[in-house]
Amino acid sequence: MSDHHHKETFVTKYIFSQDHKMISKQYLITGIIMGIIGVFMSMLFRLQIGFPEKSFGIIEAFLGRSGEGGVMTPDMYLSLVTIHGTIMVFFVLTAGLSGTFSNLLIPLQIGARDMASGFLNMVSYWLFFISSIIMVISLFVETGPAAAGWTIYPPLSALPELIPGSGLGMTLWLVSMAIFIASSLLGALNYIVTVLNLRTIGMKMTRLPLTIWAFFVTAIIGVVSFPVLLSAALLLIFDRSFGTSFYLSDIYVAGEVLHYKGGSPILFEHLFWFLGHPEVYIVILPAMGIVSEILATNSRKPIFGYRAMIMSIIAIAFLSTIVWGHHMFVTGMNPFLGSVFTFTTLLIAIPSAVKAFNWVTTIWRGNIQMSPATLFSIGFVSTFVTGGLTGIVLGDSALDINVHDTYFVVAHFHLVMGISAIFGMFAGVYHWFPKMYGKMMNKDLGFLHFWVTIIAAYGVFFPMHFVGLAGLPRRYYNNTAFPIFDDLLQINEVMTIFAIIGGLAQIIFLSNFFFSIYKGKKAPQNPWKANSLEWTTPVEHIHGNWPGEIPAVHRWPYDYSKTDENGDLWGGQDFTPQIVPIREGEEEF
Amino acid sequence: MKALFYIIIFVVLMVACWQFVKLLGLTKKDDQTTTDKENNINGWLLLGLMAFIYGLMIWSLYGTREVLLPQLSASEEGYHIDILFKITMTLILIVQFIMQFLIFWFSFKFRGNTKKRAFFFADSHKLEIWWTVIPAIVLFVIIGYGLWTWNQVMDSSDAENPLVIELYAKQYQWEARYAGEDGTLGNGNVRFIEGANTMGVDMSDKNSADDIPLTADPVSFVKELHLPKGRKVIFKLRAQESLHSAYMPHFRAQINCVPGMVTQMAFTPSVTTAEMRQNDDIIKKYAGINKIREAKGEEAVEFDYLLLCNKVCGSGHYNMQLKIVVDEEADFNKWLATQKTFAESNL
Repeated sequence: MSDHHHKETFVTKYIFSQDHKMISKQYLITGIIMGIIGVFMSMLFRLQIGFPEKSFGIIEAFLGRSGEGGVMTPDMYLSLVTIHGTIMVFFVLTAGLSGTFSNLLIPLQIGARDMASGFLNMVSYWLFFISSIIMVISLFVETGPAAAGWTIYPPLSALPELIPGSGLGMTLWLVSMAIFIASSLLGALNYIVTVLNLRTIGMKMTRLPLTIWAFFVTAIIGVVSFPVLLSAALLLIFDRSFGTSFYLSDIYVAGEVLHYKGGSPILFEHLFWFLGHPEVYIVILPAMGIVSEILATNSRKPIFGYRAMIMSIIAIAFLSTIVWGHHMFVTGMNPFLGSVFTFTTLLIAIPSAVKAFNWVTTIWRGNIQMSPATLFSIGFVSTFVTGGLTGIVLGDSALDINVHDTYFVVAHFHLVMGISAIFGMFAGVYHWFPKMYGKMMNKDLGFLHFWVTIIAAYGVFFPMHFVGLAGLPRRYYNNTAFPIFDDLLQINEVMTIFAIIGGLAQIIFLSNFFFSIYKGKKAPQNPWKANSLEWTTPVEHIHGNWPGEIPAVHRWPYDYSKTDENGDLWGGQDFTPQIVPIREGEEEF
Repeated sequence: MKALFYIIIFVVLMVACWQFVKLLGLTKKDDQTTTDKENNINGWLLLGLMAFIYGLMIWSLYGTREVLLPQLSASEEGYHIDILFKITMTLILIVQFIMQFLIFWFSFKFRGNTKKRAFFFADSHKLEIWWTVIPAIVLFVIIGYGLWTWNQVMDSSDAENPLVIELYAKQYQWEARYAGEDGTLGNGNVRFIEGANTMGVDMSDKNSADDIPLTADPVSFVKELHLPKGRKVIFKLRAQESLHSAYMPHFRAQINCVPGMVTQMAFTPSVTTAEMRQNDDIIKKYAGINKIREAKGEEAVEFDYLLLCNKVCGSGHYNMQLKIVVDEEADFNKWLATQKTFAESNL
């Protein structure tokens, strides 16, 4: 591993880089750009829901023919919600979050020179890049982008006769996602192998930071579930293009019966949600890991219940693969099957509750340093609890009947996995920005960003539960077709205003992020006085991470504010990095 | 090109943001660790956030009470669902209230201070067992009660003399047929669609002749799905081309319509349309609705039960509805007698 000092060209350093730190930055920047597109779309369709009778120049400016006169067409509305969901779930919160931080932190925190295979890692990023490009191209095709919802249930997604977005737009969606899955599988395999094989001396599995545990388990769920989505997508491609009938049967369109016979759309739903449900944990587990690490570091306290945290990550991961049916309670599934899925689903509340209690106990009697990363972590715990609790309603098959596919669901998953995961991502960016770019982000802009964002997030998604309880279905282009929903318009206006404020607040983040890369203050080596290994590497990135030997590890990463038998802080400081050997008379946790 | 204009505004705002902070000179401070002042300000703000969240919760609960669905379920099965829902929601709100308090109060109370030190507290098996076991017990109760309710709602095997109705979904309207005197629907398949036989009923099936298709009222031209109060209604659902979902929020009932498959749900209507119009929640809700409509110059509306589509099915998805009328059983039978069977309408 000593031949890392050869000269690098611009191309090998910044474009086809095999260095995990550069790849992580590539993931982050791509994720941020996709995030801008996804959030912007949500602002456009919120305008439509909040002000269905008004016209907006911005809608015409960006949607062109589909937004003539400043009012979007129903097809374009469905396309926007579809692509918003796809981009946010996969491109921002899977690749942008997990891709960025797994790549950055796995080698740095376990003490490895790089990923097990730098080449595969590079391929993984470039496949992600290609799939992003294809997804963006699909926005510009004549018949519009995919419009069957991010869950792309056939037959709507299979037959362009039903909705124009299921033409070329849907084909590009499927191609993009197939490539995306390949990318995420290559990434996940690499993470698993790296964590298992390349840990430094002394880095036992029980000394890994919780971030690594989260990334490791996330990668395993990804490897188990993503191939199923790939097969679902392939069969859908067969149905669309080669006349097979996996998902289609007895369909009558435009005056004729199509030839499909014997297939079932329910099969697709099973395959989709076999990925789809673990996917929400693929999104949220890395955020949980990041938050655990940041809360411990900035409370200057060990994470409470380290082993319980690991157990709950594993329990959540296991349960996440056997609960997918709760998305399908009203598909007409056998009631007994519904009972089984209710049981497994509600069990997830137990490890989730353990995690929430452990975070709360972690900050209890801490000495909380309110950095922007800490604030976003506290915000994460708050939104995760708020959003998670309504999962008890939705996971209960009997209760799900009346709120299924209403705005209650939209509010639930946006809080528990959308807002929470994006908060985890922001927390991670603020915390590890010094490690990524060697610069500090501006704190005041960080505070402003947090305060506007969390107020807006609650303002949008808390009242939304009640719009759902009033019976308003999701994916309605316009709520004025039913007099029964007339009195919801006012709440919808309020939510839209909060959504616009929240969207615009991200300008603060973007400004802070991009300017800090060039104009930020130079970062010290260990700005947050943290214990984990990444802060022992030099500020300037070098290939191979550590200039000399990789340091050995002697303790777990959470020895904050540890005292000796006299009640004094060990070593006179409130943190003891992992590389410090166990001192005489000290008990290892 | 206008889009470019908006993008330029966006970039200008980004630059302005950074320049603004620089102008104020706020970046001059030590950017490494947080200062006590910052910990203080943010600690207090977190307490304020707690107040905001509580306020928002109360506003949402109180402010939306007149726009929600009526508390009274229009079906017997919905009654069980409502009890379970109330219990679950009460529990959730209590936990939410306590957890948010703990999160923000601890954040505030233990905000950083250079003079203070954190308390090394890494583990407590006792605590962890407590908060694993207590949620587990509560959840097992909820699961048990939920499953009991689920079986109550889903099981329609013991229904005596149920009314069987087929709901047929297509872009973007609902059709329906009643099973007629034999109580059995004739087979249906899209391959039989021809001319006036828009639902694809197999006319060679002996059960089909007495089936009664739902047609528009000759006076108002509105299609009305009539249901009898107090008699179990079993719905059989089919779809023509896409997934749809038959959602009847007042009855707490929903089931998907799947092409190539017949799905089923059942409930017993328990409140007639006329009775529901006298319900306090409904009177308040519709007073509010009509006030809004009046301000917009739209005509006033009366309460009606609704069937709406709740699975995205294309561009007209947002306006795929059918009016439902619940009658006393005698009135219902009278109405049904005026409807023509397939045999009578010579299909």
